[in-house]
Amino acid sequence: MARNELKNSLAERYAFQLRIVTAVLFVLALFGLLFARFVWLQVAQHDKYQTLAEANRISLVPVTPARGIIRDRNGVVLAHNFSAYTLEITPSKLADSLDETIARLSKIVDVTGKDRRRFKKLMEETRDFESLPIRTRLSDEEVARFAANSYQFPGVEIKARLFRQYPFQEVASHLIGYIGRINDKDLAKLDEDGELANYRGTDHIGKLGIEASYETQLHGTTGFEEVEIDSGGRAIRTLRRTPPQPGKDLTLSVDIKLQEMVEKLFGERRGSLVAIDPRDGGVLAFVSKPGFDPNLFVDGIDPDSWKALNESPDKPLLNRGLRGEYPPGSTFKPFMAIAALEGNFPLTRQTISDPGYFIYGNNRFRDSHKGGYGSMNFDRSLPLSSDTYYYQLAVQMGIDYIAKFMATLDLGQLTGIDLPGERPGVLPSPEWKKKRFRTPAQQKWYSGETVSIGIGQGYNSYTPLQMAHGIATIANRGVMFRPHVVATVIDKSSGKQTRIEPQPERTLPWKPENIERVVRGMVGVTQYGTATRIFAGAPYVAAGKTGTAQVFSLRGGKYNAKAINERLRDHSWFVAFAPADKPTIALAVIVENGGFGAAAAAPIARQVLDYYLLGKMPAALAADASAVASAPVAAQEDISD
Amino acid sequence: MIKTIWNRIKQPIDPWLFLFTLLIFAVSAIVLFSASNRDLDKVMDKVTFMGISLGVMWFFANISQQTLMRLALPAYVVGVALLVAVALFGVTSHGATRWLNIGITRIQPSELMRIAMPLMLAWFFHHFETTLNWKHFVAAALLMVVPVGLILKQPDLGTSLLIASSGFYVLFLAGLSWRFLAVMGVAGGALAYTVTHWELCINILQEYQCRRIATMLDPMQDPLGAGYHIIQGTIAIGSGGVLGKGWLNGTQTHLDFIPERTTDFIFAVFGEEFGLLGNGVLLVLYLLVIGRGLTIASRAPTLFGRLLAGAIALNFFTYAFVNMGMVSGILPVVGVPLPLISYGGTSMVSILATFGLLMSVGRDRKLMKG
Repeated sequence: MARNELKNSLAERYAFQLRIVTAVLFVLALFGLLFARFVWLQVAQHDKYQTLAEANRISLVPVTPARGIIRDRNGVVLAHNFSAYTLEITPSKLADSLDETIARLSKIVDVTGKDRRRFKKLMEETRDFESLPIRTRLSDEEVARFAANSYQFPGVEIKARLFRQYPFQEVASHLIGYIGRINDKDLAKLDEDGELANYRGTDHIGKLGIEASYETQLHGTTGFEEVEIDSGGRAIRTLRRTPPQPGKDLTLSVDIKLQEMVEKLFGERRGSLVAIDPRDGGVLAFVSKPGFDPNLFVDGIDPDSWKALNESPDKPLLNRGLRGEYPPGSTFKPFMAIAALEGNFPLTRQTISDPGYFIYGNNRFRDSHKGGYGSMNFDRSLPLSSDTYYYQLAVQMGIDYIAKFMATLDLGQLTGIDLPGERPGVLPSPEWKKKRFRTPAQQKWYSGETVSIGIGQGYNSYTPLQMAHGIATIANRGVMFRPHVVATVIDKSSGKQTRIEPQPERTLPWKPENIERVVRGMVGVTQYGTATRIFAGAPYVAAGKTGTAQVFSLRGGKYNAKAINERLRDHSWFVAFAPADKPTIALAVIVENGGFGAAAAAPIARQVLDYYLLGKMPAALAADASAVASAPVAAQEDISD
Repeated sequence: MIKTIWNRIKQPIDPWLFLFTLLIFAVSAIVLFSASNRDLDKVMDKVTFMGISLGVMWFFANISQQTLMRLALPAYVVGVALLVAVALFGVTSHGATRWLNIGITRIQPSELMRIAMPLMLAWFFHHFETTLNWKHFVAAALLMVVPVGLILKQPDLGTSLLIASSGFYVLFLAGLSWRFLAVMGVAGGALAYTVTHWELCINILQEYQCRRIATMLDPMQDPLGAGYHIIQGTIAIGSGGVLGKGWLNGTQTHLDFIPERTTDFIFAVFGEEFGLLGNGVLLVLYLLVIGRGLTIASRAPTLFGRLLAGAIALNFFTYAFVNMGMVSGILPVVGVPLPLISYGGTSMVSILATFGLLMSVGRDRKLMKG
């Protein structure tokens, strides 16, 4: 037995030794292969590589293309480049510590504490061997002073660079976006797209807005210079040059004068306005307030400014038009109205009694018009914004029909606008609830929930862009265009202009007489309804709808705007298009915590239509922007919404 | 007194392995000084790391084999758990999710797996030594696939292949059937044929991965992108000739033509300045380390010791071969440092930790003899 074991163990030992010998042969074979490769490179091909190494006195230097310029529809420049000197540090090449270098530098050029903090933040985001700006926009005098002392500063250089500038600063900041330094995430993305080589020599990339969504067109193609260098690595002369292809210029459909006017009308208030040409989907204004200065981001934002922007309760970095999801309130009613007519529901042909509330099951749904109008029918329901009528309509239509119809208007869907980061909003339906919630009790759709959907409350929540897009679809009589902000792409080198063709999304099969009936209702809003006062004296016929979105549930108590914390006040909505028969503009505007729809939002809409259709600037704007902005809430109390 | 301390220190150390390591360290310091453009700070950093990693090696050399066997399973489980944690809440940098933030610093759990994988598999085979059959090989393969798959997903193709190879070496040494090896060889050949032919490759890999392989086969296709590394590395080595251009005289190196020349591409600097002769010497130094490791393996008294030592030695070989192969243009560019020579502390510490394990295996034999 013992002998057997010994024998087994010996056999095992032998098997293992055989494996080891095989491994040794494997190692020797592969190292032999390596050595053969070395002999091939270093003996057989030595002359060839020797020549190549000497020719390697020629260095390929990338020449960055100039980034495309962004202009508004009238050719006003919104983003452009200018050339300036920067002082740059390559941390890995420094002779002494970074702090010492900066301390010595600050004796020659002005380096503020803000510059230092910004530089430190940049360093954390990039790698050591990158050259990073410590100071930008040096004066000629500073350039001369540093040049005389540059021998004391290895690893510090003056470079002439193209800078991006946004002359309108805060105006249209969310729309235009900004460029920022390329970070690791951008690099990985470029690598995946096979674009890395094209970005050699480029430090910046579009991060937000049009700058991001049109990055490919704006960037252009990097060129290369073959430069002869001496043994110290300094360039002696340029041998050959492949010029860069500059980035393409963009012309927007947006009118910056209109945009600026709206932003001034908003003043200090928060909110958004999206105006669209319903005939082709071209965006005329895309406002989100408050904004921010995109120039801050171009060379890395300093931590203090970043903190201020990021932590402000006003959320200036949020693009409200694209990503702000709000309950639409009564501005949802025109969509309900067309849905009801298209579904041919009996209620559209009936007159109902309107006591000022609607009882469903055990619940009493209040009408915002106290006491009601006595009786109500379809044609008066939009101008007077009857809640009672739409509560009943919603019940009659049922949630499945409503959800299916609204989806065809892109509500709760992405509109596909050419801006990055769009949010879809929420189009409530039993299916949506099943996906959104976990427990069966939460997932169940209660029929009472359908009632408040009818007046744009409940889970309903849409972006101002979606609302403008939906209203534009009604304005254009059911022919739907995908909204877009860029109208033309211009190739500077060939002079070729490529118009971005309007993209018809779909044509909704609505009956013309149904559309005209809804339009008549919306015209009634500005003629004898909730927005009569605001549209008094307008020489054109406007169609509109007021809306008030509840932020805060009152649980049966009486709403008193003055008694409630400002941030819990209702949002004020207005949607409109004009001229009513052949609309050239459609818009949606929301003023956060602005109270009744007719109070804050409708006056802004009126000014926009006046400007766009009549070329009239609001007179008050020149005198005092805030006077226009804050129409008193108390004066509007007689108007129901 | 001093003598006893001295004995205590040198007792677990394998003198040959220690000597070869020091020789490679010397080469490392010399090349790094040149590659970093005479940056003494960088060299001193590296020397500090050498000290630290020698300490780590000594620490591991002192652990007895019984303790190592007890640690194998926990180390493996912790390693896999950390990899899962990386997949769930890892830190992303350069487009890959490889790190875990543990408050003070970031750790890269795939480094732990380099040690845990051979340890686990060696223990596994040792544990089932008497009843070993093909099912155990299937189970071992599964133990291998889990962490390798997790690392592959990060994505980190280089490290996952290296860890897979370390597991494979254990399987091979434990007696994986020759017939199976032959089948695998044929399958590997077929795979290599597929990925090197563009029209076949795009069926099974992402387009950018195929582009990377195509670039390796013909660097001139993308001279400013990925091909740049390969072209410049090859020129550096080729222009070095038989005797090299001499220390600090490499033009490719000092004119900034070699990217990542202190880390992954340091071998290009070495090949340019020391030529074929230097390359030969370096190959011999690496061979000595590998040979010593395999010797320890073949003399080890237990199956655990044999498998662990053999896998460590062969894995070290793989690192050296893959790095030199990629710099000289016969393998695709994957991020693998030249063992013990590239600048960078983590990889050095983990390599010397495995040397400590080798010494632990070698020492137990001494004890048994005595």
